[in-house]
Amino acid sequence: MADVTPSTSKKKSGKAKPAPKGKAKAPEAKTNGNSTDATGLRTKTDRPLTSSRQDLALDQSTKISSSDVCVFYGDKQALFDVNVDILSNHVTALIGPSGCGKSTYLRCLNRMNDVIDIARVTGNIIVDGIDIYDPDVDVVELRARVGMVFQKPNPFPKSIYENIAYGPRIHGLASSKSDMDEIVENSLKRAGLWKEVHDRLHEPGTGLSGGQQQRLCIARAIAISPSVILMDEPCSALDPIATAIVEELIEELRQNYTIVIVTHSMQQAARVSQRTAYFHLGYLVEYGETDQIFQAPKDERTQNYITGRIG
Amino acid sequence: MSDTALHSPPGPIRSHDWGSASARKRVKRRYMHDRILQWVGLGSIGTGVVLLLILLSSLVSTGLPAFQTTKVALDLFIDPSLVSREDPGKGNFRKITRDAFAKYFPDVTSRSDKRQLYKIMSSGAPFNVRKHILKNPELIGQNISYAVPLSDPYDQLHKGVIPRQIEALSRGQQQLGEQLKQRRLLSLEDGKTAANLTIFINPELVNAEDPAGGDFAPMLAEAIRAIFPRASPTITRDILAPDAADTVKQTVVEAPALIGKTLQLKVPVSQNFDNLFRTGEAMIDNPRFGDPKVFAWYDSLAERNLLQSNFSIELFTNADSRFPEQAGLLGAIAGSFFSLVVCFLLSFVAGIAAAIYLEEFAPKNKFTDLIEVNINNLAAVPSVVFGLLGLAVFLGTFGMPRSSPLVGGMVLSLMTLPTIIIATRAALQAVPPSIREAALGVGASRHQVITHHVLPLAMPGILTGTIIGLAQALGETAPLLLIGMNAFIPSIESIGILEPATALPTQIFSWADSPERGFVSRTSAAILILLGFLFIMNATAIYLRQKFERRW
Ligand SMILES: Nc1ncnc2c1ncn2[C@@H]1O[C@H](COP(=O)(O)OP(=O)(O)OP(=O)(O)O)[C@@H](O)[C@H]1O
Ligand SMILES: [Mg+2]
Repeated sequence: MADVTPSTSKKKSGKAKPAPKGKAKAPEAKTNGNSTDATGLRTKTDRPLTSSRQDLALDQSTKISSSDVCVFYGDKQALFDVNVDILSNHVTALIGPSGCGKSTYLRCLNRMNDVIDIARVTGNIIVDGIDIYDPDVDVVELRARVGMVFQKPNPFPKSIYENIAYGPRIHGLASSKSDMDEIVENSLKRAGLWKEVHDRLHEPGTGLSGGQQQRLCIARAIAISPSVILMDEPCSALDPIATAIVEELIEELRQNYTIVIVTHSMQQAARVSQRTAYFHLGYLVEYGETDQIFQAPKDERTQNYITGRIG
Repeated sequence: MSDTALHSPPGPIRSHDWGSASARKRVKRRYMHDRILQWVGLGSIGTGVVLLLILLSSLVSTGLPAFQTTKVALDLFIDPSLVSREDPGKGNFRKITRDAFAKYFPDVTSRSDKRQLYKIMSSGAPFNVRKHILKNPELIGQNISYAVPLSDPYDQLHKGVIPRQIEALSRGQQQLGEQLKQRRLLSLEDGKTAANLTIFINPELVNAEDPAGGDFAPMLAEAIRAIFPRASPTITRDILAPDAADTVKQTVVEAPALIGKTLQLKVPVSQNFDNLFRTGEAMIDNPRFGDPKVFAWYDSLAERNLLQSNFSIELFTNADSRFPEQAGLLGAIAGSFFSLVVCFLLSFVAGIAAAIYLEEFAPKNKFTDLIEVNINNLAAVPSVVFGLLGLAVFLGTFGMPRSSPLVGGMVLSLMTLPTIIIATRAALQAVPPSIREAALGVGASRHQVITHHVLPLAMPGILTGTIIGLAQALGETAPLLLIGMNAFIPSIESIGILEPATALPTQIFSWADSPERGFVSRTSAAILILLGFLFIMNATAIYLRQKFERRW
């Protein structure tokens, strides 16, 4: 296992390159993969991610930057020194074999691991320039700004309307009933669910189909206008049609939000993301432009995984 | 954890022959075990149901008569000279009631007969009339028809619960008679049964000069003892007639030469034994009814259709009474109600708060483990211990009002609290974590997660646990006895949360202790009513559970 431990040597490499990449207009980042020279910069964990972050610190588009993140469940370490910078208005995919720590890392980003008694997080995670593990940080506000969609659709056992209205209500985002109606309608429209449910907003959200429930959860997450949306395998329970709807939705949402998505589907990662991080046994093995990861992985393990030899 | 061990392929797939003898045997054994499990379960349920039915049917058969009261309709003249309009409460209702009753029996004139006669009516009848007049004061000066309850023995007689006549002889005495018969010591003389005894005329007890002055009873006792060496000395009086000694005396007076001799003599047996031998049974009038004359009076009331049997609303609206026909459960129901309200308020609030803290906020450490273990232990502490605690702390240290439903409720809440905490924690644990995560994920704070999402989902479980806890508290007797909540409350005016009170189970306890026949059926009736309340509470629990239960 020692071989996977990220080395901190070679700090200097690729220092000059990230800046142009970062400056590129994020929404149009799809073409990034072509420039292989640029992709190598801040990708593999055995490359110094810290150095690349310094470069990106100048870059306005870094949304979340994590350094040396370790997570322990009791005595068991689940994540080892993860260094990732997540760019604004990008879709970042987290891939890797089961149990490698993708969900664990995702849950670090909005401190959902606080809920687990035995979980302990070390390292730094900076969101919009604020260290979210700082004791002064208000977790409620953080979670309102970093929304989450869970692997299993989990609507509240309340009406569709209530499901969406709940978040805005507790954060005081709506000033009136009509304001709230507008928020609900917009969120449902953006999640691509409005047409299907506009005439039964007061029926229970649990009465929807699995795919509709998942989109309801997405609508619920965007109703409080977060700037980051974390999605943990949002399509694992969905059929291909519903998956396609959710993927389209992710593509649309990217205009306004920063999205981190965990997925087991390599095709999905390739389709929806601009950046991909590959995790293995708790280590971040490789991180870079999606096209580069899938077409020219630097690490043998990544290569094995995406070609189906691991996991 | 070598690489090879991790990555080596699994072994070959094994095949299993389902047709082999050992496999078939295993299948057969499996079926047999399934069936045994089923039978054991069915057997237990069957036994339980049978026992329950026995219990219920015995309760119903003894308790049902208590739901009826026998009343006699009186024509009352509310004499203004006996009941003043200004202060009707002070009126002489005793005289009014008795006069009205006596009107039915114009030929009963002697004082002692009248006293017997009035015993047919409930001793509480004047108070019933008084209550009626206080409620309707405009009736003063008028003739009214009003029915008052019969006293307990006649009430029971009318319901057929107790017979007019009972067996005069005990089982033991009857056995003695049977032995006499088997030994052929009995014979019929002039239509009367006589016992053929071997009597030694003891010269120390009678002398020849004055045979009539002799003491013959001990000789008879000696003769009886010869037959029944181990029986108690009193049986001579039970078996032989009071004039048996005179028969001996007469014989000796006629033939003084018998003194010092042993002779065979037929002496008369007592009335009861005589009846037993000649007719096979010895009955006497039931001593509960005093003079046999009263039967005639009672029968004449029945013949004149003056007796009525109605549903006994008084069982629910009267306070306790020394007279079974007047005793009701209102005081006990109110006492139980007040203490349950106190118990509910205290244990529901404290229980849910404690459970939420332990489940949602408390850190997991040795100390909270200790608290958890002790809460579970508290649920198993005998309730009488809580009663002692209440006695020492609530009454002793804090000097709270003795016997009051407030203290009763507090003691009961000590008992219900662990039940509610355990039920609430189970209900909170049963709320799927995905709902918590969903709420946390949209930025709900802890208290919002709990009050908006977890508690509503846990509510059915919490309510069920609470109601089961309260149902337990409703049936609890021992702690209430210890704090004195078995007070005798004869008036419904003194019902209150701080007043001395009684509760349903303690009322049952005191009625079960009372000797009057009427209280036997009232006890069963009270048990039925208590079971009714328990049934209603448990049905409510089921209803609430189904109403609030949601799928997720
Ligand atoms: N609550 C927990 N308590 C203890 N260990 C945990 C807990 N959650 C996760 N782990 C461990 O941490 C490691 C990473 O788990 P994680 O859920 O992040 O995996 P994952 O990459 O999301 O896997 P999957 O793709 O199967 O969802 C696993 O070894 C898992 O056993
Ligand atoms: Mg996962």
